[in-house]
Amino acid sequence: MTQLFKMAFRDLGRNKRRTLLSALAVSVGMSLLLLMASVVAGEMRGALQNTIQLQSGHLQIRSVNYDENKISLKWDDLIANPQGVIAQVKALPQVTDATPRLIASGIVSRGENSRGVQLIGIDPSAPANQVFRAGLLEGAFIAADDREGIMIGKPLAQKFDLKVGDTVSLLVNKSEGDVDEQLVIVRGIYTTNTTSYDESTVFMPLAKAQVFTGAGDHATIIFILLQDRELADVVAAAIQSSNLQTVTWRGMNKMVVQFEDFAGAYMVVLYLIVLGITATVVTNTLVMAVFERTREIGILSAIGMKGGRIMAQFLVEGALIATGGIIGGLILGGMLSMYFAKYGFYVGDMGLTGMLMGDQIYAYLTLNDAIYLTVTAYVVTLIASLYPATLAARMEPVEALHG
Amino acid sequence: MEVAKVVNATRVFKIGQMETHALRGVELSIQSGEFTALVGPSGSGKTTLLQLIGLLDQPTTGSVSINGKEATRLTRNQRADLRRGAIGFIFQFFALIPTLTAYENVEMPLLLNGMKPAERKIRVNEMMAAVGLMDRAHHRPDQLSGGQQQRVAVARALSINPSLVLADEPTANLDTENGKQVMDIMQKLNKETGVTFVFATHDPRVISYAKRVVTLEDGLIVKDAR
Repeated sequence: MTQLFKMAFRDLGRNKRRTLLSALAVSVGMSLLLLMASVVAGEMRGALQNTIQLQSGHLQIRSVNYDENKISLKWDDLIANPQGVIAQVKALPQVTDATPRLIASGIVSRGENSRGVQLIGIDPSAPANQVFRAGLLEGAFIAADDREGIMIGKPLAQKFDLKVGDTVSLLVNKSEGDVDEQLVIVRGIYTTNTTSYDESTVFMPLAKAQVFTGAGDHATIIFILLQDRELADVVAAAIQSSNLQTVTWRGMNKMVVQFEDFAGAYMVVLYLIVLGITATVVTNTLVMAVFERTREIGILSAIGMKGGRIMAQFLVEGALIATGGIIGGLILGGMLSMYFAKYGFYVGDMGLTGMLMGDQIYAYLTLNDAIYLTVTAYVVTLIASLYPATLAARMEPVEALHG
Repeated sequence: MEVAKVVNATRVFKIGQMETHALRGVELSIQSGEFTALVGPSGSGKTTLLQLIGLLDQPTTGSVSINGKEATRLTRNQRADLRRGAIGFIFQFFALIPTLTAYENVEMPLLLNGMKPAERKIRVNEMMAAVGLMDRAHHRPDQLSGGQQQRVAVARALSINPSLVLADEPTANLDTENGKQVMDIMQKLNKETGVTFVFATHDPRVISYAKRVVTLEDGLIVKDAR
């Protein structure tokens, strides 16, 4: 075995440039795939985190009659006395926060401009809403007893040319089915770095939203965050009520989960295409080596080397090229992934519905992806070495000796 | 004892529609300890006969036996096994593996035979000493002269203690002095170890070393002189 590796190593060293170029092809392919895998993983991770933090939470409690597509404000579709339920939920050790939200559809208008928005009544002091407070760009965060103030997102403010202190007209659908309109003051401008969310979401203190929409003391949902998202099913099972339903993040983010599955399948195809191209380079290199060393193959065969051993010789050469290429690829790809994990890159609003993707994608390289790619690259390179190895092993010694 | 036996062997090469009869029914028996030259003009079938005896090629008809074992119907790997244990080769071109040192080239057949490292070391040193190249053992082929390379090839061929060594024009690419050195070593080893040598040549100086001269013409043995 030592001899096998020694010979393979020296044979590869005969044409250093060709060997290096082959290993480089594997490295470049491998590093690009690592980067792509980390970008896709980062994108999925970011989208899921974003959607959970901003929209779905880990769990939501809703009225059994609630239909999220209708944004109904009928009292039967809402949760009565949410504080009672919240107190019970907060008693569970896995729960980090539970807070009521009232969701209504409305229209913001100023002068000639108007835009449909989702009005969300929130408890400004709830830790689960800290994400919006953290994204405050201008002005102040709304206070619980504010009766005129709203928070708007940066894209909406830019579109309407709004500044803190400006007044806009807000029209909302009410519980009774009619509409109401009020002038409200922009207290603060926020960003979640998710354009699609920020341009269509307006916040108001829960108490004011309840009065404005005629919802009484009702809430649309109870938004719940847990210590770990994998605890969602356990906690959901612990929350039982005849007139309420509990929905987990997985159930609410089917699109993201499906997209993640699709991205996984898509990446496998991409791996095979890119590695297939690099494998062609390795095959070409080894086929050239077989033809250059035909006479040597004849000599080795003449002194009694069997076809299997000759085949192993070229497979080891392929494995050595793969090792060099993969190590180089892991270093290069790892560095690129680290760079984009730190600085990310701007993609803007991708216009996807059903999932909240941030404007910036941060790469996220997982150990699983690195191992999977390493093994796949090895297997593909070894498969690529099979043809030249078989070619060498099948040579008739007498023909090979003639070169 | 009969080391190699060729019975009514023919070898026909087909190139497109054309057939070339390299051997036309050769009968030959090589006994242990012989120092035999196959001679004849170019195209007479010397190399083809040597390749059949060396199991590098197979006859179109007829048979070849090595140490009493009929080899014509053996698979490629079985023929490789037989070669590895019984036959050493010396080629016209200096057939060494360029990436291995002289020592490693001589060691290769022993490795393939699964000899233990300590025994291997002793055997390789013995053979390097026998061909007078102990001081060049760790040089690569491109650092050796043609004569030295051919002496390494002789050492490699003899390292496995073969019953038969086949040499195809072993001095063709050497000058007179180096050619003489190689032939002297082969003759000495034949006398000292009793190993059988069969070599193809048309060099009269090399023929003069032989104890038996088999002459081929147009694929047939026309003379067998002892």
